[in-house]
Amino acid sequence: MELLVFVLASIMVIAGAVGVIAARNPVHAALGLVLTLFGVAVHFVAMEAHFLAAVQVIVYAGAIVVLFLFVIMLLGVDRAEDLNVEPFRIQRPLAVIIGLSLSGLVIAAVVRGRSTLGTMGDDSAPGDENIRALARNLFSDYVLAFELTSVLLIVAVVGTVVLTRRSRRPEVSQ
Amino acid sequence: MTPTTTWYLVLAAVLFGIGAVGLMVRRNPLVMFMCIELMLNAVNLSFVAFARAFTDIDGQTAVFFVMVVAAAEVVVGLGIIVSILRNRPGATVDDLSELRG
Repeated sequence: MELLVFVLASIMVIAGAVGVIAARNPVHAALGLVLTLFGVAVHFVAMEAHFLAAVQVIVYAGAIVVLFLFVIMLLGVDRAEDLNVEPFRIQRPLAVIIGLSLSGLVIAAVVRGRSTLGTMGDDSAPGDENIRALARNLFSDYVLAFELTSVLLIVAVVGTVVLTRRSRRPEVSQ
Repeated sequence: MTPTTTWYLVLAAVLFGIGAVGLMVRRNPLVMFMCIELMLNAVNLSFVAFARAFTDIDGQTAVFFVMVVAAAEVVVGLGIIVSILRNRPGATVDDLSELRG
């Protein structure tokens, strides 16, 4: 059963990721991103991270992808781009080689060190124990970082408003 | 046969590689941003896998902070992309090379 969940969710993740980098239309790429994010959320549930799975669906799939779609629609860049145009002919093979070697290096390191990981503990905590443990950790050890994230979010909101604001006065320099 | 931590880490490595290839191949700034999200999700997946393997909740706390920073980063990045593409529609990242120092 767990094997089936892992295989299906992994297929979702990989298919969505390939869709993101292969789709000619940015809207289709965003939908592939949704598929990947849901697959990762399923993995989170399988690993007993219930709160993070909920946050993954709400924040990533709910807010961030919708923001992407808003920008795509707002800018009108939702037409397909021609992926056959390639200014640098060496770039794609080089990128594939670098990506494969990056993945290969990480996989080799993981496989070499897998004896130190041990077996995945079968500590199926009852009910909302995951949320309680996460909250206890977040509001005791990491409470300063938690408060700093609120500053970060305020700065991000103010910065975006300033960046995208059209000035009312006509530009002098141009 | 149940999936072990190694399987999740291998999946995260593959996902990270796909995101990195997309970042190097695509030229649309929006799609490049989506590839960065793919890479962040790969790292989140490995964080949760390690948290499960060592039965330590710290990994999940790190994922929480990664999500917050990713949300802030997407907001600012999309603001920059909107203000650039408003002036020059259809710009790819190659057209923005005057942003270099």
